[in-house]
Amino acid sequence: MVNTKVNLCGIELDNPVIPASGTFGYGYEFAELYDINCLGTFSFKGTTKEARFGNPTPRIAECEAGMINAVGLQNPGVEKVISQELPKLKKCFNKPVMANVSGFAVEDYAYTCRKLDECDQVGWLEVNISCPNVHGGGMSFGTNPENAAEVTRAVKAVTKKPVIIKLSPNVTDIVSIAKACEDAGADAISLINTLLGMRIDLKTKKPVIANKMGGFSGSAIFPVAVRMVYQVANAVKIPVVGMGGVSSAEDVIEMMLAGATAVEIGAINLINPFAGRDIVNDLPAVMKKYNISNLSDIIGGAK
Amino acid sequence: MKQSFFKIKENKALTSSVYKMTLEGDTDGISCGQFVNILISGLYLRRPISVCDCENGVLTLLYKVVGKGTEKMSRMSEETLDVLTGLGNGYDVSKAGDAPLLLGGGVGVPPLYMLAKKLIEEGKKVSVILGFNTKDEIFYEDEFKALGADVYVTTADGSYGIKGFVTDAMKNLEYSYTYCCGPEPMLKAVYNASETSGQYSFEERMGCGFGACMGCSCKTKYGNKRICKDGPVLEKEEIIW
Repeated sequence: MVNTKVNLCGIELDNPVIPASGTFGYGYEFAELYDINCLGTFSFKGTTKEARFGNPTPRIAECEAGMINAVGLQNPGVEKVISQELPKLKKCFNKPVMANVSGFAVEDYAYTCRKLDECDQVGWLEVNISCPNVHGGGMSFGTNPENAAEVTRAVKAVTKKPVIIKLSPNVTDIVSIAKACEDAGADAISLINTLLGMRIDLKTKKPVIANKMGGFSGSAIFPVAVRMVYQVANAVKIPVVGMGGVSSAEDVIEMMLAGATAVEIGAINLINPFAGRDIVNDLPAVMKKYNISNLSDIIGGAK
Repeated sequence: MKQSFFKIKENKALTSSVYKMTLEGDTDGISCGQFVNILISGLYLRRPISVCDCENGVLTLLYKVVGKGTEKMSRMSEETLDVLTGLGNGYDVSKAGDAPLLLGGGVGVPPLYMLAKKLIEEGKKVSVILGFNTKDEIFYEDEFKALGADVYVTTADGSYGIKGFVTDAMKNLEYSYTYCCGPEPMLKAVYNASETSGQYSFEERMGCGFGACMGCSCKTKYGNKRICKDGPVLEKEEIIW
């Protein structure tokens, strides 16, 4: 028997597999396909203070081994998430869920986190300071250590739940930002969000995406993600949640060897809606193949 | 939604750019106006293709080669494909009335075939207007006639049938309801010209095709909708242009 359990900020997960925010809705869509209780947990759709429609369409472009999205944080706003989405989720998911929060001002983050702090279903707050899709704010918090720390402090002040700060890879020095968040009280770091990308249509000679640029994700970004998780995990003492192009149980193990305590899976959910279940099911056999009996033993094992 | 594996039985050109692919597999739960999402080896995202027909385990797809994915599809022969089926909110036949009018433009024609079949089975008097740019692009005129529909063909250049657009052919027809699929300018023209309520099928670039990624959202009078999950068929009354 292998042991797939890991502990993320004091909450035990049956396994480290966590569908990433924006690729899994509020969970119940996937619960029609399989029992989502097999997952470690999942991070729900990025939630903001006010309802947002997001960017104009087209919002999606395909790339070699990946995709670009510029959805722009479409969500019904934190009040409706709490009154409508979470009750629906409760019927099909009995584990603590990770609440993903975005904002455009420090006060927005604090407002949304304070509301979600009151929800028993929420186990962790994952604070997105990196979404590259939104004009006028979202980006800047995560590209500057002082601003990242300011958001971290503001959120920590309004919640007792573990706070995970989700970092942007579109920076010169990811380690300095991770350390600033740790010093400001973050309980964990998650990375990487999407890489800023762009495609141009040769027929129309215009950008494919209406917003022109968007976030590049998918298996193509996996090596970049492994490198950044490795750098951050070796620089901070708090746990790191690794993500970016993870598409298989082997990728989960590689991410953990780089230093991840838990692993989020994103774009693959959109191509294979059963990816979360499949990766969870594949993990024990892949662990055996590589002589791993206790998954948490390998965290940061690649020195 | 269901994940199934389909074997390609036939894949042939109907015109210089429109192909017909016939596949065998589990067609349970597929209704008219829905689409399937096909995994294509070597490409990251699945390709959403509207359902032209399905019956007794045989799925028919008509698709136009417009990019990398459909170009790869056109060169497939006896492969087995990973397909998500039962996707989208299709046509509601209960609102058709006695004499529904179906209007299709170009590669918007295919999903109307299964709809016409279903409506005729229910004893409706079905009229179909098929709009194309030119004679060489016409497909499925005979197939709609074989179902027993009254078929009108328009070409923009007048090289066949009625010269003009589908809206030119609908002027003199009497109908109880409209069902429409085609490029957005055509949908809008029919929306403005039709005297009845109706249902309009939209397209958009999709990420997942099953409602998870919010890549294909649009605004409607009934709130934000996802073309892949709440559409592709929208009611006339809710559409915002």
